[in-house]
Amino acid sequence: MALVDGSRLITEACVRAGADVFIGYPITPANLLYLYATRRYPTMLAAPDEITTLQWMSGFSAAGKLPVTATSFPGYSLMAESINMAFMMELPMVVILVQRLGPATGTATCGAQGDLSVVQGTLSGGFSLPTLCISSMQDCWDLSAAAVATSVRLRTPVILLTSKEMVMTLLSFDTSRLKEIKPVEKSRHSGEGPYFPYRAGEDLVPAFLPVNQSKFQVRLTASTHDSRGILQNTTQEAVDNTRRLQAKLDKNLESYCFYELDEEEGAETVIVSYDVTAQAAREAIQRLRGEGKKISLLVSKTLLPVPRIYLQIAARYRRVVIAEENLTGQWRTLLFGAAGREGLSGINGIAKTIAPDEIVKEVLGLE
Amino acid sequence: MSEQRFLTGSGFPYCKGCGHSLVAQNTATALEKLNLDPLAVVLVTDIGCHGIIDKSFRTHTVHGLHGRAVALGAGISAGMSDARRKVIVFIGDGGATIGMQHLIGAAHLGFRMTVVIHNNMLYGMTGGQPSDFTPRGFKTPTLPQGVQTAGYDICELIAAAGASYVSRIIGVGDYSDTLAEAFRAKGFSLVEVMEICPSYGVKSNPGMRLASVVEEAGLAVKVFAKGRDKSFETPTNSSSASLINPRLAVEVKYEHCLEKPVSIMLSGSAGEGVQSAAEVFAKAAMTAGLHATKKGSYPVTVGVGFSASEIIVSPRLILYTGSPVPDTLIVTSADGLEYARLTARKMKGGLLLIDQSLGTPETGAETVKLPFREKAGGRYCALYSTFCYLKRSAIFPPEAVKEVLLGDGMSVKANFEALLNFGDRRHNLEIPQKPIPSNLE
Repeated sequence: MALVDGSRLITEACVRAGADVFIGYPITPANLLYLYATRRYPTMLAAPDEITTLQWMSGFSAAGKLPVTATSFPGYSLMAESINMAFMMELPMVVILVQRLGPATGTATCGAQGDLSVVQGTLSGGFSLPTLCISSMQDCWDLSAAAVATSVRLRTPVILLTSKEMVMTLLSFDTSRLKEIKPVEKSRHSGEGPYFPYRAGEDLVPAFLPVNQSKFQVRLTASTHDSRGILQNTTQEAVDNTRRLQAKLDKNLESYCFYELDEEEGAETVIVSYDVTAQAAREAIQRLRGEGKKISLLVSKTLLPVPRIYLQIAARYRRVVIAEENLTGQWRTLLFGAAGREGLSGINGIAKTIAPDEIVKEVLGLE
Repeated sequence: MSEQRFLTGSGFPYCKGCGHSLVAQNTATALEKLNLDPLAVVLVTDIGCHGIIDKSFRTHTVHGLHGRAVALGAGISAGMSDARRKVIVFIGDGGATIGMQHLIGAAHLGFRMTVVIHNNMLYGMTGGQPSDFTPRGFKTPTLPQGVQTAGYDICELIAAAGASYVSRIIGVGDYSDTLAEAFRAKGFSLVEVMEICPSYGVKSNPGMRLASVVEEAGLAVKVFAKGRDKSFETPTNSSSASLINPRLAVEVKYEHCLEKPVSIMLSGSAGEGVQSAAEVFAKAAMTAGLHATKKGSYPVTVGVGFSASEIIVSPRLILYTGSPVPDTLIVTSADGLEYARLTARKMKGGLLLIDQSLGTPETGAETVKLPFREKAGGRYCALYSTFCYLKRSAIFPPEAVKEVLLGDGMSVKANFEALLNFGDRRHNLEIPQKPIPSNLE
């Protein structure tokens, strides 16, 4: 056993998975990720602000590197336009978003789960940023590696969503349980014919080539473009290319769809949670079962694009209880819309973690 | 023409008389003079008329966001980290206005790249609004009375920031030699090409001559910096060690007597070792076979005010790491008391260990006053309080804490033998051993 924080596991996992540069601007509560980065990444650069951070990352990515940053809402909001650019250019990178209490500067040292709707609305047009959310120390390891691999495999920025308590709390953890991480294979376009930076095959992911090679011309652009990477207005080819950006994420969703499902036969209620509140939900499940209650648990780890499987699982239950540390029930709304569904309830709060007691009480109160 | 190696032959997409065409032509000529491979060049552009040049070049092209091309180009340059490859950034005076910090920062750090500012004195793509480069008195369609303030002298700024090469030129005729010199510079170079937008600038300022405008604006046409050899080298750390290493492993050597988890809040002052005492305690609990969590709370100004830490130790795996009301509250200073007053009030039972110099807060906990500060001083009172807690609770032996401290090399700083020696007359605190309460399931 070792006394470690999640930031340490995330950093080590990203590097082992093949991330080779960290670019960051310091912000609480992402500080530890920055600190570990100075010790561990092959290259670490301190950027003067978050816009520069994302632009430098995009440059490194265009040059064939695999960059990572870590920030919190104030920084993320500055990055938003550049994340759109990287998405449009189809540049692999990982943005770790450590949630804290907002709005605005809010309370830097207080955790929250308030930014899911921000991430969901990051891209103009409702396009999805693949978003994986850490719900345990083990996830710090597994999902960080998955985020790096997904960004390369799908040529896209990936958001690794987490929150203050997940990355700053020290926890006794058995590091010998961590599986070896293989570095992601950075496949490159090969062949003799002309290279089209945005011509995709069946998986809808175009082969990648960096700008530091002299065999094929590479054109990258943030504007609507054709398969050559030439700016277009709204030609059919260019609009089809824009449609493909979402289609590639949907088509390959299975390769990055992660969740934990602990179903109990005969249960009529499923607790749904994610991020730090998932730990409270796991504890609540133990207590409820200890009292003889039949209860199931779904921990969502892939949040965006929303996997349909979550709705199929929820459809098996009369009651769905969604626990998340925000006021409005962002995951609840993403899953079930403003109309909700019969038997749906939320456990919400801000400025403190949701305790297992609250979940137990809600579930028992429904019976 | 030999420069056609760099151009697609599709012509330039600009209005008649626009200086942007000349920038493109002179860039191609300059690159040819340097005998570069077109695919050893990355042309980075952003939003504005200059940015639609991509398809005219046979180089790699990257087209980004308004005002951000310098930062993007800097990332490409640092990412490639290859002096044989050339990054050229085209921006307009509008983009330079937005991205001023990127420009100054890139010059300051010396990224290996050349920025060519197409300064046509206004925003040409959006209808002729003035930029921060528009000279005093210059009229634009949206400011027909003329600009009231002087524009930036970007060359002075960038030279002051430390660029290797900086030059301002009038954008007419063949100026490829100047561009070639900029492209040859070792680190960051910048050429400001002065133009007047034919669609908006000329029409709003009829009869005005480019050279006169530049002169009247007090903008010198000259080389501002030359021959500086500062160049950004991308740092590499090839010998970084794994963050998951055997030194982290905590070996179980002691026994504990806990049947249920317990939570402790340690509340004291910044600079008095609260966080490290809590971490040492948590590790010590692990040497006794317990699971542990530790989290800190402190104001953003970490060196002043309160410092508090929440610890949970448990005989079983800890999932939820929160503890809204601790089983034991330890207060070692006035700052700590102020921070923990509400917590103390919430306690319906449990234990409060508080320094004897402090008043007793409202609480339902059993209160015990102890001389933490008198015995250990400010620097070690937090650590000492954890020994006192162990003495009372006996959940695991205090020797576990000592072992962690020695393992962390802290013994040189404090006389832990004295702290541990509860039997010593001077240190005997008469702390009766009692089972400790727990409100955690």
